[in-house]
Amino acid sequence: MWIDPSRPAARALVTHGHADHARSGHGAVWATPETLAIMALRYGTEMGTPVPYGEGFEHGGVKISFHPAGHVLGSAQILLEHAGERVVVTGDYKRRFDPTCTPFEPVACDVLITEATFGLPVFTHPPIEDEIAKLLAARAANVDGCIVVGAYALGKAQRVIAELRRAGYDAPIYIHGAMQKMCDLYAAHNVPLGELIMATGLAKSELKGAIVIAPPSALNDRWAQRLPEPITAMASGWMRVRQRARQRNVELPLVISDHADWTELTDTLLELRPSETWITHGRTDALGRWCELHQLKARALDLVGREDEDEG
Amino acid sequence: MQTFAALIDGLIYTRSRDLKIRLIADYLRITPDPDRGWALAALAGTLNIATVKSAAIRAMAEERFDPMLFRMSRDYVGDTAETVALMWPDKSGGDVAPTVSEVIDLLNSTSRARAPVVLAELMDRLDANGRYALLKLATGGMRVGISARLAKTAFGQAFGVSVDDVEEVWHALRPPYAELFAWGEGRTERPDPADSAFFRPFMLAHPLEDGSVHLDEFVAEWKWDGIRIQIASTGGETRLFSRGGDEVTGSFPEIAAAFNAIGVVDGELLVRGDVQGGEAASFNALQQRLGRKNVTAAMQAEYPVFVRLYDILFDGVEDVRSQPWTARRDRLERFTANLDPVRFDVSAVIDARDFDHLAEIRAAAREAAIEGVMLKRRDSSYLAGRKVGLWYKWKREPLVADCVMMYAQRGSGKRSSYYSDYTFGCWTEDGNLLPVGKAYSGFSDEELKWLDRFVRNNTVARFGPVREVEKSLVLEVAFDAVHESKRHKSGVAMRFPRISRLRRDKPAEEADTISALRAMFD
Repeated sequence: MWIDPSRPAARALVTHGHADHARSGHGAVWATPETLAIMALRYGTEMGTPVPYGEGFEHGGVKISFHPAGHVLGSAQILLEHAGERVVVTGDYKRRFDPTCTPFEPVACDVLITEATFGLPVFTHPPIEDEIAKLLAARAANVDGCIVVGAYALGKAQRVIAELRRAGYDAPIYIHGAMQKMCDLYAAHNVPLGELIMATGLAKSELKGAIVIAPPSALNDRWAQRLPEPITAMASGWMRVRQRARQRNVELPLVISDHADWTELTDTLLELRPSETWITHGRTDALGRWCELHQLKARALDLVGREDEDEG
Repeated sequence: MQTFAALIDGLIYTRSRDLKIRLIADYLRITPDPDRGWALAALAGTLNIATVKSAAIRAMAEERFDPMLFRMSRDYVGDTAETVALMWPDKSGGDVAPTVSEVIDLLNSTSRARAPVVLAELMDRLDANGRYALLKLATGGMRVGISARLAKTAFGQAFGVSVDDVEEVWHALRPPYAELFAWGEGRTERPDPADSAFFRPFMLAHPLEDGSVHLDEFVAEWKWDGIRIQIASTGGETRLFSRGGDEVTGSFPEIAAAFNAIGVVDGELLVRGDVQGGEAASFNALQQRLGRKNVTAAMQAEYPVFVRLYDILFDGVEDVRSQPWTARRDRLERFTANLDPVRFDVSAVIDARDFDHLAEIRAAAREAAIEGVMLKRRDSSYLAGRKVGLWYKWKREPLVADCVMMYAQRGSGKRSSYYSDYTFGCWTEDGNLLPVGKAYSGFSDEELKWLDRFVRNNTVARFGPVREVEKSLVLEVAFDAVHESKRHKSGVAMRFPRISRLRRDKPAEEADTISALRAMFD
């Protein structure tokens, strides 16, 4: 039994639908119904056993249950219980409000296997309202052009759209073709996104004053050259560091992340106080150092094939 | 401070030069004095707050943050000021953000010892972007991709005056440039600093790419490998300026003392060597005299300096810059005849029949202090900056050596997070590698990505931010010269090393030896 295996496995527990966690080709899959729906959308008809939040099953004497992680639609932490010992794998998570998914629930445990994508004290994600306000102000100041926002097709794109709606922006939002099916899937799961229009194929004049959401790979691509005087924005936690934004030719950095920032990571450890913490995915060294300073037992869990800077 | 911080961030994220100019110009028009003058100084690199050095910022950080967490963060971000600004706890809640001039006044009126406390109090009143701008302002190193020239161009655009007019008086004025703004807004005449010795912008040359020029139109001179210097004297006061307009009088007091004339001249500062009959020594010798604030008599005697003059800008109080080179050359020769020949001479014109003959002479030149040849249009006025078609520099071919990458470090600024600084070595006689230099440039963005991946995949040891790599990659390194050096274990030091090619095809054992480098000594 594997959790988020990077190669096809006979039995896989999958925390959420991002491609580096949910691969295709496993034998049996257990995941939340939403994650299974996302995998089916991405990989075709994939079989799996749905496990709703708070529910579980037994396998080989271990009780396995799924709990909300607040990262993207369907994202889960996995709790393993055996002989009175409780191990929680957070998967990717965040603690902030997100209108597109069920909020994180802290799960008491003896061993916590935590992500650390933004595990450096320089990463504090600002309130999302401020970042959405920046986006709306840039749009208002650029009515003859458009703003193209780079956002991952699963999770980030829908969150940015939902937050724009929450801020009262009710004009149509234009999306890259690669995002349509995922947005439809969110809408079908009771995440209203308002009116969305495919940007691909539209004339420049139709996109004046528009907000266009596209996958980051499209920003520096020929696709973006058909937009009217676009300002390139990017919604990512990495935008907190100026040179990261510059290296990607971003003109309007929006610090919006679906991962826990440094404060969320450390507050969660203080709240749960596991007797042991394993750190994976990201800056294991800095979060390990913080645990040492706070007398929490921790060690780094290096995963094959992951360098320091995974996309976030 | 918030408007200034927004300007800085706008400049960082804006790629277009025209948009950058517009951002600065808008700021200069709407911001009141003296804030805008301090901001202009910060952008042009003329703001110097003596009480705050970057060491003070590191000290402030180490006092508050765990040193290991700080180092890891600094290593990732690639910029100390930004790291501190981001790690600093946000307390700015309801506080009123300080203005730029309040910041400057507070920091200027404190002591170096108390400055970290004052700075910390200011940090607490700002948000993350404000803190970043504050630290950049306080240390003077903005690094926002703005040259002094661009800042002056923006000033010109803001107020509809020519940038050359701004340049002409710029170095006679001091931050916060109240007179400059008064003139820009049409409230006063252009400031007239005629009675002080100040810097005038240098005329600069373009590299002579593949073309050639006709020697009827162009005159050829040697290009000397020292430091370009301007001497300005009103009779009462004599000052020396380096290329960027920084005053260096204190480093070379004997030159200022010997200059017994009124005028402004342009030349190359060199150390007189004991080789080649008292000719100029290599740049290596001059380095002993650079960056020293106080010069002992022993230093002056051991490394005697002189100035080889190229041009004259003011003959007495007369501005001769609009005259053709030929007329200025006559004046320069007459002017120099009255100066102490131990300290001043005129750079000789190369007597060549035609361009091919000149190429032969250039190829045969072996003196250490010759960097190449200058070609100047005979009818050219002395114009500020780099004007097309008037002056060319034609450098000597660089030397190259095949070296092996040994260590790598992450870069700063736009290369932060990439392993972009490489230490490379050559072989000793007994088959060991010793470092011979370090290079940060010469490769394309694509090659940088490849090199970065090579470093990550071939790391054999880590020493703090430095990674030692598998000794398997050969780098072809180009450099202008190589000298004896006591500071390096290998005993050699390169001048201007840069990566000229990645030799992925070449086995490391076939890289060059240190004795091969020694054979290239001047």
